[in-house]
Amino acid sequence: MNAIVNLNKLFKFNGGVHPPEHKFESTSMPIKVVSPPKTLVLPLRQHVGNVSKLQVNVGSHVLKGQLLAKADGQMSAAVHAPTSGTIVSVEDQLIPHPSGLPDISITLQSDGEDRWMAHQPIDYRNLSKAEVLERLREAGVVGLGGATFPSHIKLREDTRHPVKTLILNGAECEPYISCDDMLMRERAIEIVRGIEIMQYLLDAEECIIGIEDNKPEAASAMREACVQSTIDIAVAIVPTIYPGGGARQLIQVLTGKEVPSGKLPTDVGVQCFNVATAYTVHRLVNHGEPVISRIVTVTGNVKRPANFDVPLGMAMDELIKLAGGTAEQADLIMGGPMMGFNLPSSKVPVVKATNCIIVSAPEIFPEPQPALPCIRCARCADVCPVGLQPQELYWFSKSDNFEKARDYKLFDCIECGCCTYVCPSNIPLVQYYRYAKSEIIAQDKAKQAADIARERNEFRLMRIEREKAERAQKHAQRTAEATGNAGEDDAKKAAIASAVERVNAQKAGEASAKAEESN
Amino acid sequence: MFNRSPYISSAPSVSIIMLKVLLALVPGIAAYVWVFGGGILVTLTLASVTALASEAVALKLRNRPIKPFLMDGSALVTAWLLALALPPLAPWWLVVLGTLFAIIVAKQLYGGLGYNPFNPAMVGYAVLLISFPLIMTSWPAPLALAQAKLGFADQLRYIFGGALPVGVLVDAISSATPLDYLKTQLTLHHNIQAITQAPIFGVLGGKGGELVTGAYLLGGLYLLQQRIISWHLPVAFLGALALMAGAFYLADATHFASPAFHLFSGATMLCAFFIVTDPVSGPTTPRGKLIFAAGVGALTYLIRVYGGYPDGVAFAVLLFNIAVPLIDAYTQPRVFGHKK
Repeated sequence: MNAIVNLNKLFKFNGGVHPPEHKFESTSMPIKVVSPPKTLVLPLRQHVGNVSKLQVNVGSHVLKGQLLAKADGQMSAAVHAPTSGTIVSVEDQLIPHPSGLPDISITLQSDGEDRWMAHQPIDYRNLSKAEVLERLREAGVVGLGGATFPSHIKLREDTRHPVKTLILNGAECEPYISCDDMLMRERAIEIVRGIEIMQYLLDAEECIIGIEDNKPEAASAMREACVQSTIDIAVAIVPTIYPGGGARQLIQVLTGKEVPSGKLPTDVGVQCFNVATAYTVHRLVNHGEPVISRIVTVTGNVKRPANFDVPLGMAMDELIKLAGGTAEQADLIMGGPMMGFNLPSSKVPVVKATNCIIVSAPEIFPEPQPALPCIRCARCADVCPVGLQPQELYWFSKSDNFEKARDYKLFDCIECGCCTYVCPSNIPLVQYYRYAKSEIIAQDKAKQAADIARERNEFRLMRIEREKAERAQKHAQRTAEATGNAGEDDAKKAAIASAVERVNAQKAGEASAKAEESN
Repeated sequence: MFNRSPYISSAPSVSIIMLKVLLALVPGIAAYVWVFGGGILVTLTLASVTALASEAVALKLRNRPIKPFLMDGSALVTAWLLALALPPLAPWWLVVLGTLFAIIVAKQLYGGLGYNPFNPAMVGYAVLLISFPLIMTSWPAPLALAQAKLGFADQLRYIFGGALPVGVLVDAISSATPLDYLKTQLTLHHNIQAITQAPIFGVLGGKGGELVTGAYLLGGLYLLQQRIISWHLPVAFLGALALMAGAFYLADATHFASPAFHLFSGATMLCAFFIVTDPVSGPTTPRGKLIFAAGVGALTYLIRVYGGYPDGVAFAVLLFNIAVPLIDAYTQPRVFGHKK
C-alpha cells in the first residue's frame, strides 16, 4: 500500500484545551469481565436511527446472543440478548439519554446459565460484501465512540466517494474515560483483526490508528499487534489536546483535510471508526458474536475505579458497586466531564453508548459559580476547535436572535464545551447553544407543518370556488334553457367571469397575506 | 436538566483577571511615585473610593446584586486607569467628577459590566479634558526638574485645597509635558533638534515620564505572559504609531519627532497594554483586534501632530470604540469546514 498520508507531519486544529486527564485512576487494574446480573434492561433504541423491531414475546425464553429486536430499515441496529433467560416485560423505562425521557425497553430475567445460542464465524472473504454488511446490521454493530451510528452504513463502498484512508480513533481525548485505552492495551490484536475486515470492506488504501500521546502503553500494544497484521496499519501518535478525538478534528490532525461543513468524512476520502467498533466487528466476523457487551470506565467517587467488560442492560448502580462505589444520592454522569450528561436515575441500564460512568461528588465537580455578564474577552473563540465566535453566538442565542445565530454557523458547533471550560464569567455557553439549536429546529418544523397546512387550505379554497363556479354555470345554463336560447351564451360567460374573478381576488388576498408572513 | 456539561472549568474568574490587571499597573505606579511624588496615591485612592461607592449605588438603584459586581474588580480598573491618565496633583473634585462620570454614565447607564460600548475611563477622561482643558493640561514638573519640590503633605494640601506652600508659585512646580512643549515650540518654527535640548526631554521621551512609560511596558509584558491580553492589540497599536511616526520622521526629521519619542511619551504604553486592550469595548476577532488597535495608533499620532490636544489616546480609543461592531462583523474568521 502506498501511504497517502505522511505521518511524519501532523496538522493542528484551531484551539482546544487540556483539562486534567484523570485517566490514571481507572487504568491501574486490568479490565474486569462482569458476569451477567439477574435483570437486564435493553432499550430498543441504543443507536442513531429507527427503533428496532421487537422479535420476542413476553414470557419467551432466549439464549445468549439471540436476536431480540431486529433493525428496522438501513438506518437502524439490532438488539440481542446479553445472556440466556426469560423476557419478563416490554415497556417504557428510563434510559440513559440527555432528554431524561423513558423509552421502550425489553427486560430480560437471567436464568443464570449464560447459555450461548449456536454461533459461527463468518467467512467474510467468501461472501459478497453486501452480505457481510447485512450481517453487521443484524448483529447490532454501531459506533462505540459514543455516537452509536450504525456501522454497516459507514462500511458500505461508495463509488462516488471512495475511502482512501481508514482512520481508527483511539485518541480518547475526554478526561476520565479510559475504556478505549484499556481495550487497546489488552485486546490489541482483536482490534487489528477488526480493522483488517473494515479495510477489506471499504477497500481502503491505508489504515491509521490515531492515539493521543498520553497513552503510550496502548500505542505500543497496538504497534506490536499491527506487526502481526496481514495489512499495513500505521499507529500515529497525536498530541493530547481536547477535542482531538472528535472525528473531524482527528481527520484534520492526521491528514490535514477539513471535512466540509454539512458533509461526511467520505467527501475527503476518509472514514473514521472508534477502535472499540473494530473490536466488535472482529467479535462478530471471527467469532459470530453480536454486540452484547462493551467496555465501560467506572470512575470518580468510587473506591476502585476501573474498566469493566459489561453485559449491555446491566443497571448502573450494580456496576458502580463493583467499583466500590455507591450510586445512592450521587449524581451520575455518563460520558466524560466535557460532553457527558447527568443520568436521570442510577437504575438506568448500560447501553451501547455507555463509555464511562463518573460518580460525581462536589469535590470532583464543584457547583459552577454564578454567571457574570460576558466581558467579550474572546477566550472562548481562542479555544473553539471549529473557529466559531462563541461570544457572538451566546449573544444571539440569549436574545433569541436565531437567524443571526444561524448566520454565525451555530449548527457547526460540536458542543465540545471548550468555550464554557475557559469562560471567566462562568457562562454556561453550550447550554445556550443547545437551547438555540432546539428552538431553531422546532421553528423549522413548525414552519414546515404550517406550509403544508397552508397548501392544503389553498387547495380546499380553490376546490370550493371551482365547485361554486360550476354550480353557477349549471344554474346559468338552466336559466338560459328556461328563458329560451337567447342570451344563453352571455349569461354563461358572465357567470364564468364572475367566478373567475372571485377566485383571483381570493388568490391575491392569500398572496399578500403570505408575503406579510414571510416578512 | 440532564445535559449541563461541561462539568469542569479552568477559567480564572473575572475578578482574577481584573486583579492581575491592577497588579500589572503596580510597577507603573511605583515609577510614578518616584518621578512625581506620592500625590498619585491620593488620586488613586480618591478614584477607587468614588468608583466603588458610585458602582454600589448604581447597582442598588438598578436592583442588581451588589457584592458579585463590586468584587469583579472592573470598577477599580476603570478608577486606576483614569487616575493614572489625569495630571498628577489634579484637584480632588476633578478626580471624583471624572470617576463618577466614567462609572455612572459610561458604564452603569449602559447596563454595567460587559455592556458599555465605550471605554469608561476614557469617557471620564475626555469629559474632563473638554470641560476643564486648562487644569487637564497643566502638569507638575517631575520632582527632579521642579524648582520647588512638594513633599507628600504639601501635595495632599494642594490636591484638597489648591494651596501651595507659602512662597511657592505655581510656575515653580509645573512645566509643560514634552508632548505639549513640542507642539507649541513647533508652531513657533523651532526645529526638533533644538526643542529636544530642553531639560524636560529624556533619552527616549520626557525625563521621568519615560521611566513611568517603561514601567507600564513591563506590566504589559506581564499581562501578555499571563495571557490576560492578546498580543494583537499592543503590537498593532504600537506598530501603527511607530510606523506613522517613522514615516513622518524619515520624511522630515526637523519637524517630526522620532518614533521612539512617540512610543515613550504621553499615554502610549498605558494605552497599548491597559486601554486599547479593554475587552468589553474592543473587538473580539483576531483580525478585528489588529484593525482596531492599528486604527487607534494611527489616529493617536494624527491627533498628537495635527489635532488640538497634545495627546490623542482618549479620543482615538473612543472614536474606534464606535467602529467595533462594524469591525467585528466584517472580520469574522473562517469557520471549520467552510470555504476558504
